[in-house]
Amino acid sequence: MTAVIHALNLTKVFGSSTAVDHISFDVREAEIFGFLGPNGAGKTTTTRMLTGVIPLDAGTATILGHDIRSEPVQAKQRFGVVPETSNAYTDITAWQNLMLMGELYGLPRARAEQRSSDLLGMVGLLERKDQKVQAYSKGMKQRLILAMALIHEPELLFLDEPTSGLDVQSTQMILNLLRDLNKQGTTIFLTTHNMEEANRLCHRVGIIHGGKIVAIDAPEKLKTAIDRVHRIEVSFDREVPGESLGLLQGVIAANRTGDKWQITADNRDTTIRSLVTFSQQNSAAIVTLNTLAPSLDDAFLRLTQEAKP
Amino acid sequence: MNPAGFSEQVRRAWAVAKKDIRIYYFKGPVLIFGVFMPVFLFLAFFMGSRQLPLSFLISGLVGMTLFFTATAVSPAIFPWEGSAKTLERLASCPVTVEAIVFGDMIASTLFGIGITFVTVIIGLSLGLSLLHGITLVAAILLAACCFSAIGMLLAVPPTNVPSNIMMLSSLIKFPLVFISGIFVPLEQMPAWGLALAVFSPLTYFTDIVRYSFTGTHYFSVWIDIAALGMFTLVFTFGTMYLHKRTMPQRM
Repeated sequence: MTAVIHALNLTKVFGSSTAVDHISFDVREAEIFGFLGPNGAGKTTTTRMLTGVIPLDAGTATILGHDIRSEPVQAKQRFGVVPETSNAYTDITAWQNLMLMGELYGLPRARAEQRSSDLLGMVGLLERKDQKVQAYSKGMKQRLILAMALIHEPELLFLDEPTSGLDVQSTQMILNLLRDLNKQGTTIFLTTHNMEEANRLCHRVGIIHGGKIVAIDAPEKLKTAIDRVHRIEVSFDREVPGESLGLLQGVIAANRTGDKWQITADNRDTTIRSLVTFSQQNSAAIVTLNTLAPSLDDAFLRLTQEAKP
Repeated sequence: MNPAGFSEQVRRAWAVAKKDIRIYYFKGPVLIFGVFMPVFLFLAFFMGSRQLPLSFLISGLVGMTLFFTATAVSPAIFPWEGSAKTLERLASCPVTVEAIVFGDMIASTLFGIGITFVTVIIGLSLGLSLLHGITLVAAILLAACCFSAIGMLLAVPPTNVPSNIMMLSSLIKFPLVFISGIFVPLEQMPAWGLALAVFSPLTYFTDIVRYSFTGTHYFSVWIDIAALGMFTLVFTFGTMYLHKRTMPQRM
């Protein structure tokens, strides 16, 4: 699959501190790539380098086939950016902001007007298009920023914490828009703190910590990769011998918690089969059986703690 | 369409200029400052130097007006936009730093020209006759470009605090007014004053304005035009080069 973003040994140094330390990764065409990391990990600095806002100190970044250092204008023409801080011009109206973006991306006036109208309708701001942006709420500003980033129908969209601090309505609207855009083929590079958002939205996530990439994979693979042991929760309709549970094939330990048993297993499939056989042998029906997979939060915490210097 | 092509970047610079005019120049306080500041300076000297002819002072007023208006707002635009993060918005758009600087220059040039024509009309309404109108128009156009480039040069230090830049701007602009033959004719300046005056583009513009109104001048018109043209080129390319270097430090 074609790499829409190809970052190789990307490095940024501020004084004596290395904010981004020789990171390399690819973002594939039409995928949603989540870029996760704790505060100060280098997420925003990486995004700013990839979008040509700040220069690279070392390495290369190729965006849609254009080197961001030697062909920044050509690269920028093909992507849109939703930055961390809302940065629409507040002294002019939403419509004027969109028309300005249209001109900066070289759109013919009629096309810019059509796109502005469509996008404002899409983000629910059409009725307030002639109002100055300073009167907008945070959620409205963020939706406007998204519309501004989409004015030229970019093939790639960078978003830096797009739903941070927003109400549920604006968050859902933005996430649904991102899903729809992705379905239409737009590649999305999403920086976020929100694990649930990344888990539900992203095809792959990259985790950065201390300026270094500590993992890149699909969310489900990351979750399962961090734990070699699995946890299963099971309950029966009658008392069963606990010591026998602990001796079943695949089971490492069995601990009672209330009316349930917490099973630690080295092989999930073998253990479930053993539990089914065990219930039949003891004439005890299984009431509940849950596999407790680690969350992306668990994976994130584990990976970033392991990477601590 | 080649987005990095010259004509496309000029179109985008024009979009930046329109944005500047709408956001920064079409504001009551800015327009009032643009007109009142030079008028009050002129009145102060008119009342204090009654021996100088009105034609001399009006020429100085036109020079001051263009100089102050073309450099009034442009030094603060980058710091304003840096602190509001809108500069980051521009930096992530397919527009070169040169085009952003050029757009800011276009806006301040148009603002300077517009306000200066008001002072020319004041001069004419006070009974002065315009002897060389075309020369004056050409000089105003050229000097407006030159002074707006100076305005952008003043914005080069990468601070996002507008007051820092405005203080630096005043420190440079006011002394320049006093060495440029506005209040003291070049003929009456001491040698050291004249030596300083030749390094100020305002000197050449004031000289042309005086020629346009009175027919007298210190340097020949062609020297004035050539000097203004040279200053314009040096300042324009200088400010574009320097802004390109300091832009990342604003982000």
